[in-house]
This record gives sequence, structure tokens and C-alpha cells, in this order.
Amino acid sequence: MLFKVFPVAELARLHAILAADRIVGPVKKGEDQYGRSLYDFDVVHDFVDLHLDYGQTIHSAKNYFLPYREDLCTFTFQGEGSGDGGDWHKEVDYGVYAPLVLFGLHPCDINALNKLDKVLLGGRYPNPFYGEKRANMFIVGHSCSPQPFCFCKSMGTDSAIRGFDLFLTRMDDLYFAEILSPRAFHLLEQIDCHDPDSSEHRRYMDLMEVRESLFVAHVDTSDLTKILDLEFQAPVWQEWGEKCLSCGTCAQVCPTCYCYGVEERVDMDFTRAYKEKQLYSCNLLDFAAVAGGHNFRPESHTRLKYRYYHKHRGFVEAFEESLCVGCGRCGQSCLARITVPEVIASVRATKPL
Amino acid sequence: MTKGKTFLGVPVARPKVAFFELSSCEGCQLQLLNNEATLLDFLSLVEIVRFREGMKEAGDDYEIAFVEGSITRLDEEERLRVIRDQAKIVVALGSCACFGGVNQLKNRFNDFEWVKKEVYGSFPIESQEVKPISAVIKVDLEIYGCPIKKEEVERIVTALVLGEQVHHPQYPVCMECKARENICLFDLGEPCLGPVTRAGCDAWCPSNRLGCWGCRGPAPEANLGQLQIIMAERGISQERMIDRLECFGGFGAFVAEVKGKKGEPR
Repeated sequence: MLFKVFPVAELARLHAILAADRIVGPVKKGEDQYGRSLYDFDVVHDFVDLHLDYGQTIHSAKNYFLPYREDLCTFTFQGEGSGDGGDWHKEVDYGVYAPLVLFGLHPCDINALNKLDKVLLGGRYPNPFYGEKRANMFIVGHSCSPQPFCFCKSMGTDSAIRGFDLFLTRMDDLYFAEILSPRAFHLLEQIDCHDPDSSEHRRYMDLMEVRESLFVAHVDTSDLTKILDLEFQAPVWQEWGEKCLSCGTCAQVCPTCYCYGVEERVDMDFTRAYKEKQLYSCNLLDFAAVAGGHNFRPESHTRLKYRYYHKHRGFVEAFEESLCVGCGRCGQSCLARITVPEVIASVRATKPL
Repeated sequence: MTKGKTFLGVPVARPKVAFFELSSCEGCQLQLLNNEATLLDFLSLVEIVRFREGMKEAGDDYEIAFVEGSITRLDEEERLRVIRDQAKIVVALGSCACFGGVNQLKNRFNDFEWVKKEVYGSFPIESQEVKPISAVIKVDLEIYGCPIKKEEVERIVTALVLGEQVHHPQYPVCMECKARENICLFDLGEPCLGPVTRAGCDAWCPSNRLGCWGCRGPAPEANLGQLQIIMAERGISQERMIDRLECFGGFGAFVAEVKGKKGEPR
């Protein structure tokens, strides 16, 4: 890895160069009832709209690599508004029309992409819709200040060592830049930057030490896969299930939830049909409903439990790491206040809430 | 049936449909006319023989009947039975037909004579307790919403014509609201029934910063107990919550349960 240092004022120039492509970054969406700023990822039209000091966004940047809804293919039928005559063709559009710059991802979200890469690109059937978007992506990471609900430290995702082009750490008037790609290197050549000296090394390391001390929320992951197996029937699952709204909010805001359903749609004039993919959630009532009408997980607690088992057990067995990055968004968005640290702690404690 | 209309080589009938209105604002029917971009396609899909909001003719030969509105008079029950006898498929169109809609708000008053006097004075008018159409006839399909979402109706009618199963979303509005990346209304201090209301509207109201009023009725799994906790934790009174749940009639059973517990009929 290469390192550079540049004055904070140079960031606008960096942005201006990258703005030749579409930039998506954290922007302020509004304020809550107590006047606290609310952020989300959106297209950045102006440098001043880029809020790199955001604590956490409500949603992840998922919509830009795993859209909530996406047409997988379109069938066009030729002739008299119908498919007879056998003349039809299928069109597949990966939905990538221009390169995308993701500007300001925190380590949790970069690690989320690394995990998604493993399952969506590394498997036997790579997902080309995801792959095309990933291939046309330039990622600028940005350091964060741990929020009270962040538990990335416990998940080993508090720092990113791969999965970005450029990673920026703010050190008061300076940016400490980590470079992972030739494009990022050439990008920095165009602005006023220099190699860090030993005092700047020190500053960086001191800053990391301070950040380390700021984590409040923790999840004990030691032996967690085994404990989840042991406590599959624990009564606490039922208690969490009673709270769960089965609304899918947790999965929608999660940077790694990739489960989906596919539906067909036909135009009213019968000239076109579509296969539409929709991101789904294992918490939704019909997630495990199958042909013939049987539902394998009709009770709320069994569905909630499976979300935890996929994240913290199944994925660990398959990839030797958790599918959860500890961003804390699910707990923040859950109206029933179901949070990962509390659920895991309650299962480990094997006692009522 | 028009000649040669096929899908994937299979002939598709163009069914005759009729629209009817009981006690309602007829806004759901207007919604269908509102979609100019797809109106002609819709008309090519079905043959409309009766549609008071859009044509003068009123045919009695139809296979699919869309019934808007709730029942507030005896003659409406009679009309409904005639429609049921004629139609192969009866569709309850909109929240009034499905749950009683806004009209059923009067049901919460114990004294109907008092209500009539308050609203109509000495004008002689027949008015009974409001009922959804399923209270009188068998309903084959319900299309929820106040008003209905025209895109959803078009999808459902296309499925009906093609003989496909009609699926309603099984999840609550939150799922669609999150997909639109809205700010949660509860974060703004506003009550919202999104967590318990059946989706399909694409989070129409929350996307316009208006909390959900539950016009589409409860999702198949609606955790109303937790909704009460959510409202209470955020300082939203039970009265305000019940006001919302009562508005369109879909949550009637739950409202009755909560009111029963409190033991204070209005």
C-alpha cells in the first residue's frame, strides 16, 4: 500500500476531477424531531453537499450495487401485439450506463462490499448484474468516528485493508491517504500532495488509537456459531419474535442483505414481459412460503432467528467470516428496538430479556 | 372478444367489465381514468360496458364487476345481489368496498338516529350501519386503497385477463418505504401505521412526509401489540393511534379489542 498526505483544501480539487463521473456520497436528507442531521447516500451534484463528517447514513449505499428493484430481463413479442408466430427476443440490461464513484464509504460499508463479492462473484454462478456495477465503481473510503451503536470492532470490520481505490483519514488540516489502485495514484498526482514524514506517521497512529477507544457497543463473537447451534431452541428467540414487526426494515437498510424474490410482469398490450427482481427479507411472512402453499417459517420468531443464523452462523461456516459488518443500521431503524448486540447478548446469557 | 388477441400463442379473451358504485366518492374509478398514458392499453385489455365516470351507456352483460363503495342502505344490498348473480368475478374496489372505508366512521356512534339528525337535520334519509360488500355477497378479489393505486389495478386486471393468480404483497408498508429511502415518520415525531399496514401503494403517503393512515388494512402479519408499544414509547397517545386505525375500517377487529379493554365506548 502507498501513502500520501494532502491539505484538506485539496479535497475540492479531488472531487472536481472525479466529478467527470457520477458521484454518490453521503448527503444530508433532513433533520429528525430533535434537530439531529439525517444522512443518506445520494448523487452529489455539488462539493458542498458532500457531508463526509456524517456519523452513519440511514440506509447503506446498497441501491447502487444491489438495487431494491431491478428488471433482470425483458421479453419483447413481435407482431400483432402477441407472441404467436414464435417471434420474440430477450434483452438483458445490467443497468450500468456510466462509471460510478462511491465517495465517502466507511470501513464497514467497504467490508460489506468485500463480503458481497465473495458470495455474489466468487461462487459458481457469479451475479453479472452485481459484477458489472462493481467493475465500474471507483471507491473513495473515508474515516469515521464510531457512533454509540457501531459494533464493527467486534465484527473485525472496523478498518478496511482492501476493497477501495483510495481511503482518506482526516487529521485536522490534513488528509492521510491510502492508495490501492493505479487510478487512485494518478488521481493524487493531479493535486498537491506529498509522502508522509515520520511525524505524520505518528499523528496517524495516535489518531487510530483515539478512535479505538471510542467504541461503545460490542458483540461477543467468541464461539458464536457453536452457541447459536446450542441455543437454537432458546426461549429468548420467542421474546424477540413477539417484538418483531416482520416489516423487512432491517434487511432493507443492511449493506449485506442480498436475498431477493423474482416476479413476472406483463404489459397491458401483451407486447412485453419482464422478470423483476426485488430485494426481500427473511423476516417477511412469505419468505419461506413454497409452491403448494406450505410456509416453512410462519412464526415471526423463526424468521427473525434465521436472519441471525444466516449472518452469524451460516455465512461464517461458508466463508469463515460473519455476514454482519456491525454498522448498526438495522438496530437504529428498527421501531421495535431490536439490536444485534442485545439479541446476541440475550442468546449468550440464555436468560429472559 | 377481439379477433386474434393472443399471449404466447394462447388466445386471450377480452372480458366485459362493469363498474358500480355504492356509497362512495367514486374517486377510485377516477383514478383509473387518471392514467392517460396507459388508458388506451387498459381499454384494449377489457371491454367496458358500464362506467358511470367515463361513459353514458350502462350495459348489464358483464363478466367482471368492479364494485366501489360501502353499503349504507338496503337497496344497495339488493343491487349487490343482482351484480353477484350476473358477474363471474366480483372485485371489491377500494377501501370502502373492502372494509367500509371512511363511511364506517359513523359506526362508532351508538345512536344512529342522533348521527342522522346531526348530519341531515330533518331531511328524510335512509341510512344503516355501514358494511363492506363482503358482508352481503361473496367477493372474489379485493383491491385495497383509498384511493386505489392505478398501477396496481392495471397489474391485477392484466393477471385476471391472463388467468394468472393475483398476489398482494404480504409485507407492511415499511418495506416499500425503506426502498424509497424515506426518512421514517417516527423520526420526525409523527405517528405512522406503515409497520402494520399492507403494502402495495409504494409508500405513497410516507413518501410525501405524511404518516400512513392504514387505508389498505392490516398486513397478513400485523404486530399491533408492538405498534401500541412503539406509539406509547414515542409519546403518541392511544386516542391518536385509535383515531388513525379507525379511519378506513381495516383494523376494526383490533380497535374493538383495544376499546373493549378500556371499556369506554364513544
